[in-house]
Amino acid sequence: MALAKAKGGAERLAAVELPACGAWLAAARGAALARAQEMGLPTRRDEYWRYTDPTTLTAATAPAAALFAAGDEPPAFAAIDRVTLVFTDGVFDAAASDDPAAAGVELTRLALAGQADIHWARELYGVLEARGQSPVPRPLAALNGALATDGVMIRVTGKAARPVSLVYRHAATTSDAVLRHVIRLEPGAELTLLESGPGAARFSTVTEVDVADGASFHHIRTQGRDHERRTLTHLFARIGAQARFKSFTLTANGVLTRNEVVLELLGDDSIAHVAGAAMGDGGFHHDDTVFVTHAAERCESRQVFKKVLKGGAVGVFQGKILVKQGAQKTDGYQISQSLLLDEDSQFLAKPELEIYADDVKCSHGSTSGAIDETALFYLRSRGVPERLAQALLVQAFLAQAIEEIEDEAIAEDIRGRLEGWLARRMG
Amino acid sequence: MLTINNLHVKLEEEDKVILKGVNLTVETGKVHAIMGPNGSGKSTLSYVLSGREGYQVTAGEAILDGQSLLEMEPEERAAAGLFLAFQYPVEIPGVGNMTFLRTAVNAQRKARGQEEMSSAEFLKVVREKAKALKIDADMLKRPVNVGFSGGEKKRNEILQMAMLEPKMCILDETDSGLDVDAMKLVAEGVNALRSEGRSFLVITHYQRLLDHIAPDVVHIMADGRIVKTGGPELALEVEQNGYADILAEVL
Ligand SMILES: Nc1ncnc2c1ncn2[C@@H]1O[C@H](COP(=O)(O)OP(=O)(O)OP(=O)(O)O)[C@@H](O)[C@H]1O
Ligand SMILES: [Mg+2]
Repeated sequence: MALAKAKGGAERLAAVELPACGAWLAAARGAALARAQEMGLPTRRDEYWRYTDPTTLTAATAPAAALFAAGDEPPAFAAIDRVTLVFTDGVFDAAASDDPAAAGVELTRLALAGQADIHWARELYGVLEARGQSPVPRPLAALNGALATDGVMIRVTGKAARPVSLVYRHAATTSDAVLRHVIRLEPGAELTLLESGPGAARFSTVTEVDVADGASFHHIRTQGRDHERRTLTHLFARIGAQARFKSFTLTANGVLTRNEVVLELLGDDSIAHVAGAAMGDGGFHHDDTVFVTHAAERCESRQVFKKVLKGGAVGVFQGKILVKQGAQKTDGYQISQSLLLDEDSQFLAKPELEIYADDVKCSHGSTSGAIDETALFYLRSRGVPERLAQALLVQAFLAQAIEEIEDEAIAEDIRGRLEGWLARRMG
Repeated sequence: MLTINNLHVKLEEEDKVILKGVNLTVETGKVHAIMGPNGSGKSTLSYVLSGREGYQVTAGEAILDGQSLLEMEPEERAAAGLFLAFQYPVEIPGVGNMTFLRTAVNAQRKARGQEEMSSAEFLKVVREKAKALKIDADMLKRPVNVGFSGGEKKRNEILQMAMLEPKMCILDETDSGLDVDAMKLVAEGVNALRSEGRSFLVITHYQRLLDHIAPDVVHIMADGRIVKTGGPELALEVEQNGYADILAEVL
């Protein structure tokens, strides 16, 4: 046993006041706070935070972030038939939201769930997060569970009629928002969850998703373009047998983004894909930290992460595949790549494999490089102007991540956003 | 059409001189061939004309229809009507062949102040031209040149040429790596494009291609210069006797 060291942020954690709420939620919050206190807040000295400085995420107050004017760019997923729920700086905006009933799912807000005793939510809140604390501690996810003021609790029993679309607006320059979502897909159920927008100057979301046998969960998110926003997300999923889990994230801009994904494949013959495309210019630090555990047979997991970095931007990827004993015929794939548009930008990658089963197929690769000059010349020799040729090659670079989106209309929306960013940044 | 005067080129990164005073004129509507030993500078000439980086022009000029090529960006040269069929066509993963073709066609039209081609019209034209070159729909959908065989890549170059309708076409060993039938297809593709307003500079090692594309003029390049110019019979002479006699004669 190592010498007990002073836990990071002890003072701040001791001062935390839990939001008022009903009995079960109060107990869950208390337990989450106790977990956070036990682990202490992260610092740069922690192995898991070696490449990303958590100081502004753990500080008692949020650093200010200017609002971004989207101009005439249409809001994300505007053309998708969906049920929209709007949170502005973390506060639910009923007037701007649709009637949740149109989604064809059971949906309650966390702010209301404390009063009612919703047993399935009670059984999930903080449970997947707590499971995900080992082998790597994630104290900020626990802290989120203590502090979350709102969020959605969704239970799906069949095929959801429409995607649920969470829209996060940022209105106040110093807002600090904490949301927690809990989602339960019963056997055979299907749900698409969309998330979009910056959410707040500092924004923390934790989503716990329980995907039962034969169920299918699709998640597509775009993180808002506010240049100075700070975002921390955690996505915990427990995946049953013959189930499908797919998550894709598009990030453009943001001074700091850390997206943690923790997936556990617990039933046989399931698939879990997680992908991300990120582009940043200048003050942009983007971190994808992924942990996939294979604890069942014949499951397939894919991690596909691509980052385009410019003007001194920094990209981080920490990705692990853990194959437990007995998880035979596992097919695990992981790729993380960055395209560095200049010499000031950098990509830090730590891909890891840990395998305790003998009959598995696992591969990982990580690359970092500049635009292919030969390809660029080839395009230009056909009359394509340099900027357009570069934009085409950037899109080609990101294509593999975007291909992970199953729904063609949503993929088209994402591609349109990407083109817009490139036109502004490279045009 | 194309006039090259006293062109001297060295590598940018090292003190290696590759072209040592190339003089060449290709008249409008004519087909010229360049033959020459490996390493004599044929591909370098084609790259320098099309604007590839890495070379430094130390003397000389290249004029295409009154426009001085060497100061222009590669895309400007393309819009001015220059086209190079690469000796080694480039693979571009993630960029669909169709997207590539349409972007190129429309970029050139835009540069010339013409209207963009509609999707429907473009599709119709591309299908027609692809069919003539026996390029199937699947190849059009795939990423540019990725997983194409050597011969497929060369046919794809000719398809691009047919779509872009350049006035000065440079073909760098488009015949190498082609089987007999593919060679015929490529030659037919070239012949279909021959017209009064269009010129060709065909770089090749073999008479085979020249059997199909009858050149008006044949040049021999050696050690960075055009050392001999003649009619089609010059290619036959090379085919039979190699370069030794010609080189001995000029030296
Ligand atoms: N980028 C480069 N770096 C180093 N050497 C080069 C470079 N480009 C050309 N060379 C050299 O310049 C000379 C001419 O090359 P080039 O490719 O133009 O010849 P070529 O006539 O096309 O030959 P081949 O018939 O084999 O295609 C060769 O000696 C080649 O090695
Ligand atoms: Mg050559």
